[in-house]
Amino acid sequence: MHISEGFLPLFWCIFWYILAIPFVIWGARNVSKIYRERPEQKLTLAVAGAFIFVLSSLKLPSVTGSTSHPTGTGLAAILYGPATTALLSTIVLVFQALLLAHGGITTLGADVFSMGIVGPAVGYFAFKLLRSLRVRIGVQVFAVAVLSDLMTYVVTSLQLALAYPATGGVQESFIIFLGVFLVTQIPLAIAEGILFTIFFDYLSKSRPKLIAQQFGD
Amino acid sequence: MKMKNTTKYALGILLTVAMFVLAVVVNPNAAFGGTDDLVRSIIQRINPGYSSWFAPIWEPKPEIATLLFAVQAAIGAFVIGYFVGYMRAKSKAQKEKD
Repeated sequence: MHISEGFLPLFWCIFWYILAIPFVIWGARNVSKIYRERPEQKLTLAVAGAFIFVLSSLKLPSVTGSTSHPTGTGLAAILYGPATTALLSTIVLVFQALLLAHGGITTLGADVFSMGIVGPAVGYFAFKLLRSLRVRIGVQVFAVAVLSDLMTYVVTSLQLALAYPATGGVQESFIIFLGVFLVTQIPLAIAEGILFTIFFDYLSKSRPKLIAQQFGD
Repeated sequence: MKMKNTTKYALGILLTVAMFVLAVVVNPNAAFGGTDDLVRSIIQRINPGYSSWFAPIWEPKPEIATLLFAVQAAIGAFVIGYFVGYMRAKSKAQKEKD
Protein backbone atom coordinates (compact mmCIF):
# COMPACT_ATOMS: atom_id res chain seq x y z
CA MET A 1 0.00 0.00 0.00
CA HIS A 2 2.99 2.33 0.04
CA ILE A 3 2.70 4.69 -2.87
CA SER A 4 6.24 5.29 -4.07
CA GLU A 5 7.91 8.65 -3.54
CA GLY A 6 6.93 11.11 -6.28
CA PHE A 7 4.28 8.81 -7.71
CA LEU A 8 1.30 10.93 -6.78
CA PRO A 9 0.75 14.27 -8.54
CA LEU A 10 1.33 17.27 -6.26
CA PHE A 11 -2.40 18.06 -5.99
CA TRP A 12 -3.17 14.63 -4.55
CA CYS A 13 -0.18 14.73 -2.19
CA ILE A 14 -1.54 17.91 -0.64
CA PHE A 15 -5.13 16.64 -0.71
CA TRP A 16 -4.34 13.50 1.33
CA TYR A 17 -2.07 15.41 3.70
CA ILE A 18 -4.91 17.80 4.50
CA LEU A 19 -7.28 14.90 5.20
CA ALA A 20 -4.75 12.95 7.28
CA ILE A 21 -3.24 15.67 9.48
CA PRO A 22 -6.28 16.31 11.74
CA PHE A 23 -6.49 12.59 12.62
CA VAL A 24 -2.79 12.42 13.46
CA ILE A 25 -3.09 15.46 15.73
CA TRP A 26 -6.18 13.94 17.35
CA GLY A 27 -4.18 10.74 17.85
CA ALA A 28 -1.28 12.64 19.43
CA ARG A 29 -3.70 14.24 21.89
CA ASN A 30 -5.15 10.80 22.69
CA VAL A 31 -1.70 9.42 23.40
CA SER A 32 -0.71 12.28 25.67
CA LYS A 33 -4.03 11.84 27.49
CA ILE A 34 -3.31 8.15 28.00
CA TYR A 35 0.13 9.02 29.40
CA ARG A 36 -1.37 11.54 31.82
CA GLU A 37 -4.54 9.82 32.93
CA ARG A 38 -4.03 6.10 32.43
CA PRO A 39 -0.29 5.39 32.75
CA GLU A 40 -1.10 1.69 33.37
CA GLN A 41 -2.07 1.54 29.67
CA LYS A 42 1.37 2.66 28.47
CA LEU A 43 2.83 -0.80 28.04
CA THR A 44 -0.20 -2.11 26.16
CA LEU A 45 -0.13 0.97 23.93
CA ALA A 46 3.53 0.26 23.16
CA VAL A 47 2.60 -3.33 22.31
CA ALA A 48 -0.13 -2.12 19.94
CA GLY A 49 2.45 0.07 18.19
CA ALA A 50 4.98 -2.77 18.17
CA PHE A 51 2.43 -5.03 16.50
CA ILE A 52 2.23 -2.54 13.61
CA PHE A 53 6.04 -2.34 13.48
CA VAL A 54 6.44 -6.10 13.17
CA LEU A 55 3.58 -6.92 10.82
CA SER A 56 4.17 -4.03 8.41
CA SER A 57 7.83 -5.01 8.08
CA LEU A 58 7.01 -8.50 6.84
CA LYS A 59 6.86 -8.84 3.08
CA LEU A 60 4.93 -12.06 2.74
CA PRO A 61 4.50 -14.25 -0.33
CA SER A 62 0.99 -14.60 -1.71
CA VAL A 63 -0.44 -17.25 -4.05
CA THR A 64 -0.42 -14.63 -6.83
CA GLY A 65 3.39 -14.82 -6.98
CA SER A 66 3.84 -11.34 -5.53
CA THR A 67 4.66 -10.19 -2.05
CA SER A 68 2.89 -7.67 0.09
CA HIS A 69 2.72 -6.84 3.75
CA PRO A 70 0.03 -6.95 6.40
CA THR A 71 -0.75 -3.74 8.30
CA GLY A 72 -1.04 -4.86 11.94
CA THR A 73 -3.34 -1.98 12.80
CA GLY A 74 -6.24 -4.03 14.22
CA LEU A 75 -4.98 -4.17 17.81
CA ALA A 76 -4.42 -0.43 18.13
CA ALA A 77 -7.76 0.24 16.44
CA ILE A 78 -9.90 -1.76 18.86
CA LEU A 79 -7.96 -0.81 22.01
CA TYR A 80 -7.29 2.87 21.36
CA GLY A 81 -9.41 3.88 18.38
CA PRO A 82 -8.60 4.89 14.81
CA ALA A 83 -7.07 8.31 15.65
CA THR A 84 -4.43 6.83 17.96
CA THR A 85 -3.79 4.19 15.31
CA ALA A 86 -3.24 7.00 12.80
CA LEU A 87 -0.45 8.39 14.97
CA LEU A 88 1.19 4.97 15.50
CA SER A 89 1.00 4.20 11.76
CA THR A 90 2.53 7.58 10.95
CA ILE A 91 5.58 6.70 13.06
CA VAL A 92 6.03 3.45 11.12
CA LEU A 93 5.43 5.08 7.73
CA VAL A 94 7.92 7.88 8.43
CA PHE A 95 10.51 5.27 9.45
CA GLN A 96 9.93 3.39 6.20
CA ALA A 97 9.84 6.52 4.02
CA LEU A 98 13.08 7.99 5.37
CA LEU A 99 15.19 4.91 6.05
CA LEU A 100 13.90 2.38 3.54
CA ALA A 101 12.74 4.57 0.63
CA HIS A 102 9.55 2.53 1.02
CA GLY A 103 6.64 4.89 0.47
CA GLY A 104 7.69 8.51 0.60
CA ILE A 105 7.43 11.90 2.20
CA THR A 106 5.33 13.31 -0.65
CA THR A 107 2.96 10.33 -0.49
CA LEU A 108 2.95 10.11 3.33
CA GLY A 109 -0.45 11.80 3.64
CA ALA A 110 -2.02 9.26 1.29
CA ASP A 111 -0.34 6.31 3.01
CA VAL A 112 -1.35 7.50 6.49
CA PHE A 113 -4.90 7.98 5.23
CA SER A 114 -5.19 4.41 3.91
CA MET A 115 -3.21 2.42 6.49
CA GLY A 116 -3.62 4.63 9.55
CA ILE A 117 -7.12 6.03 9.18
CA VAL A 118 -9.61 4.30 6.88
CA GLY A 119 -8.40 0.72 7.45
CA PRO A 120 -8.44 0.99 11.26
CA ALA A 121 -11.68 3.01 11.23
CA VAL A 122 -13.48 0.30 9.25
CA GLY A 123 -12.03 -2.31 11.63
CA TYR A 124 -13.12 -0.25 14.63
CA PHE A 125 -16.71 0.18 13.48
CA ALA A 126 -16.96 -3.47 12.43
CA PHE A 127 -15.78 -4.35 15.93
CA LYS A 128 -18.46 -2.17 17.52
CA LEU A 129 -21.10 -3.74 15.29
CA LEU A 130 -20.04 -7.35 15.90
CA ARG A 131 -19.80 -6.64 19.61
CA SER A 132 -23.35 -5.37 19.74
CA LEU A 133 -24.41 -8.52 17.88
CA ARG A 134 -22.62 -10.56 20.58
CA VAL A 135 -20.58 -12.54 18.08
CA ARG A 136 -17.77 -14.63 19.60
CA ILE A 137 -14.74 -12.55 20.54
CA GLY A 138 -12.46 -14.66 18.34
CA VAL A 139 -14.64 -13.91 15.31
CA GLN A 140 -14.74 -10.22 16.21
CA VAL A 141 -10.98 -9.75 16.32
CA PHE A 142 -10.40 -11.92 13.25
CA ALA A 143 -12.83 -9.74 11.28
CA VAL A 144 -11.19 -6.55 12.57
CA ALA A 145 -7.72 -7.61 11.41
CA VAL A 146 -8.88 -8.85 8.01
CA LEU A 147 -11.01 -5.76 7.32
CA SER A 148 -8.41 -3.22 8.49
CA ASP A 149 -5.86 -4.91 6.28
CA LEU A 150 -8.01 -5.25 3.16
CA MET A 151 -9.62 -1.80 3.40
CA THR A 152 -6.17 -0.21 3.53
CA TYR A 153 -5.45 -1.68 0.11
CA VAL A 154 -8.87 -0.75 -1.25
CA VAL A 155 -8.18 2.87 -0.30
CA THR A 156 -4.70 2.78 -1.87
CA SER A 157 -6.28 1.47 -5.08
CA LEU A 158 -8.83 4.29 -4.99
CA GLN A 159 -6.13 6.89 -4.36
CA LEU A 160 -4.16 5.66 -7.36
CA ALA A 161 -7.29 5.44 -9.53
CA LEU A 162 -8.25 9.04 -8.70
CA ALA A 163 -4.77 10.23 -9.61
CA TYR A 164 -4.48 8.05 -12.72
CA PRO A 165 -7.82 7.54 -14.46
CA ALA A 166 -7.53 5.09 -17.37
CA THR A 167 -9.19 5.76 -20.72
CA GLY A 168 -12.38 4.24 -19.26
CA GLY A 169 -12.24 6.60 -16.29
CA VAL A 170 -11.50 6.30 -12.59
CA GLN A 171 -13.63 3.18 -12.27
CA GLU A 172 -11.59 1.27 -14.83
CA SER A 173 -8.30 2.11 -13.21
CA PHE A 174 -9.72 1.41 -9.74
CA ILE A 175 -10.41 -2.14 -10.92
CA ILE A 176 -6.91 -2.43 -12.40
CA PHE A 177 -5.25 -1.35 -9.14
CA LEU A 178 -7.59 -3.51 -7.03
CA GLY A 179 -6.57 -6.43 -9.25
CA VAL A 180 -2.96 -5.92 -8.26
CA PHE A 181 -3.43 -5.18 -4.58
CA LEU A 182 -6.55 -6.92 -3.36
CA VAL A 183 -6.06 -10.37 -4.86
CA THR A 184 -2.53 -10.59 -3.48
CA GLN A 185 -3.71 -9.24 -0.15
CA ILE A 186 -6.58 -11.64 0.56
CA PRO A 187 -4.47 -14.61 1.76
CA LEU A 188 -2.18 -12.24 3.66
CA ALA A 189 -5.14 -10.61 5.39
CA ILE A 190 -6.40 -14.04 6.44
CA ALA A 191 -2.95 -14.85 7.81
CA GLU A 192 -2.93 -11.56 9.67
CA GLY A 193 -6.39 -12.37 11.04
CA ILE A 194 -5.20 -15.71 12.42
CA LEU A 195 -2.05 -14.25 14.00
CA PHE A 196 -4.00 -11.38 15.50
CA THR A 197 -6.68 -13.67 16.93
CA ILE A 198 -3.96 -15.69 18.65
CA PHE A 199 -2.20 -12.62 19.97
CA PHE A 200 -5.40 -11.04 21.18
CA ASP A 201 -6.43 -14.23 22.95
CA TYR A 202 -3.09 -14.25 24.75
CA LEU A 203 -3.38 -10.55 25.56
CA SER A 204 -6.89 -10.77 26.96
CA LYS A 205 -5.83 -13.66 29.21
CA SER A 206 -2.72 -11.94 30.50
CA ARG A 207 -4.17 -8.46 30.98
CA PRO A 208 -7.94 -8.92 31.26
CA LYS A 209 -8.47 -5.81 33.36
CA LEU A 210 -6.70 -3.43 31.00
CA ILE A 211 -8.58 -4.79 28.00
CA ALA A 212 -11.92 -4.53 29.81
CA GLN A 213 -11.07 -0.95 30.80
CA GLN A 214 -10.49 -0.03 27.15
CA PHE A 215 -13.70 -1.71 25.98
CA GLY A 216 -15.71 0.06 28.64
CA ASP A 217 -16.91 -3.18 30.21
CA MET B 1 -13.33 -31.25 22.67
CA LYS B 2 -11.40 -28.59 24.48
CA MET B 3 -7.92 -27.95 23.23
CA LYS B 4 -5.21 -26.41 25.31
CA ASN B 5 -4.35 -22.81 24.48
CA THR B 6 -0.85 -23.61 23.38
CA THR B 7 -2.15 -26.31 21.02
CA LYS B 8 -4.58 -23.84 19.48
CA TYR B 9 -1.86 -21.21 19.10
CA ALA B 10 0.52 -23.72 17.53
CA LEU B 11 -2.13 -24.90 15.07
CA GLY B 12 -2.92 -21.32 14.06
CA ILE B 13 0.72 -20.47 13.48
CA LEU B 14 1.25 -23.70 11.56
CA LEU B 15 -1.73 -22.86 9.34
CA THR B 16 -0.32 -19.43 8.45
CA VAL B 17 3.12 -20.88 7.72
CA ALA B 18 1.45 -23.51 5.50
CA MET B 19 -0.24 -20.70 3.54
CA PHE B 20 3.11 -19.07 2.80
CA VAL B 21 4.74 -22.36 1.87
CA LEU B 22 1.84 -23.07 -0.48
CA ALA B 23 2.24 -19.61 -2.06
CA VAL B 24 5.88 -20.38 -2.82
CA VAL B 25 5.26 -23.95 -3.98
CA VAL B 26 2.50 -23.13 -6.49
CA ASN B 27 4.60 -20.36 -8.05
CA PRO B 28 7.97 -21.97 -8.73
CA ASN B 29 8.96 -19.35 -11.31
CA ALA B 30 7.46 -16.22 -9.79
CA ALA B 31 9.74 -13.33 -8.92
CA PHE B 32 7.70 -12.42 -5.81
CA GLY B 33 8.08 -8.74 -6.50
CA GLY B 34 6.34 -6.35 -4.15
CA THR B 35 2.92 -5.08 -5.21
CA ASP B 36 4.09 -1.55 -4.38
CA ASP B 37 6.75 -1.84 -7.09
CA LEU B 38 4.37 -3.52 -9.54
CA VAL B 39 2.07 -0.52 -9.32
CA ARG B 40 4.77 1.84 -10.56
CA SER B 41 4.83 0.11 -13.94
CA ILE B 42 1.03 0.12 -14.12
CA ILE B 43 0.97 3.86 -13.47
CA GLN B 44 3.35 4.33 -16.38
CA ARG B 45 1.20 2.11 -18.58
CA ILE B 46 -2.02 3.99 -17.82
CA ASN B 47 -0.29 7.32 -17.93
CA PRO B 48 2.61 7.09 -20.37
CA GLY B 49 5.07 9.87 -19.88
CA TYR B 50 4.45 10.21 -16.15
CA SER B 51 7.68 10.34 -14.32
CA SER B 52 8.24 10.63 -10.63
CA TRP B 53 8.58 14.29 -9.70
CA PHE B 54 10.28 13.72 -6.39
CA ALA B 55 13.08 11.26 -5.72
CA PRO B 56 13.63 9.71 -2.31
CA ILE B 57 16.00 11.85 -0.26
CA TRP B 58 18.02 8.77 0.50
CA GLU B 59 17.67 5.27 -0.86
CA PRO B 60 19.44 2.33 0.79
CA LYS B 61 21.16 -0.32 -1.31
CA PRO B 62 19.17 -3.61 -1.33
CA GLU B 63 21.33 -5.27 1.33
CA ILE B 64 21.08 -2.27 3.62
CA ALA B 65 17.32 -2.11 3.02
CA THR B 66 17.08 -5.73 4.16
CA LEU B 67 19.00 -4.80 7.30
CA LEU B 68 16.71 -1.87 8.03
CA PHE B 69 13.56 -3.94 7.49
CA ALA B 70 14.99 -6.42 9.99
CA VAL B 71 15.66 -3.54 12.40
CA GLN B 72 12.03 -2.46 12.08
CA ALA B 73 10.80 -5.97 12.85
CA ALA B 74 13.32 -6.29 15.70
CA ILE B 75 12.12 -3.11 17.40
CA GLY B 76 8.55 -4.39 17.35
CA ALA B 77 9.51 -7.91 18.39
CA PHE B 78 11.62 -6.54 21.25
CA VAL B 79 8.67 -4.62 22.71
CA ILE B 80 6.33 -7.60 22.36
CA GLY B 81 8.93 -9.94 23.86
CA TYR B 82 9.46 -7.53 26.74
CA PHE B 83 5.73 -7.50 27.39
CA VAL B 84 5.36 -11.29 27.26
CA GLY B 85 8.31 -11.77 29.63
CA TYR B 86 7.05 -9.06 31.94
CA MET B 87 3.60 -10.64 32.21
CA ARG B 88 5.04 -14.10 32.72
CA ALA B 89 7.32 -13.00 35.55
CA LYS B 90 4.54 -10.97 37.11
CA SER B 91 2.06 -13.85 37.24
CA LYS B 92 4.80 -16.15 38.55
CA ALA B 93 5.66 -13.71 41.33
CA GLN B 94 1.98 -13.43 42.14
CA LYS B 95 1.65 -17.20 42.47
CA GLU B 96 4.68 -17.46 44.75
CA LYS B 97 3.28 -14.78 46.99
CA ASP B 98 -0.05 -16.58 47.42
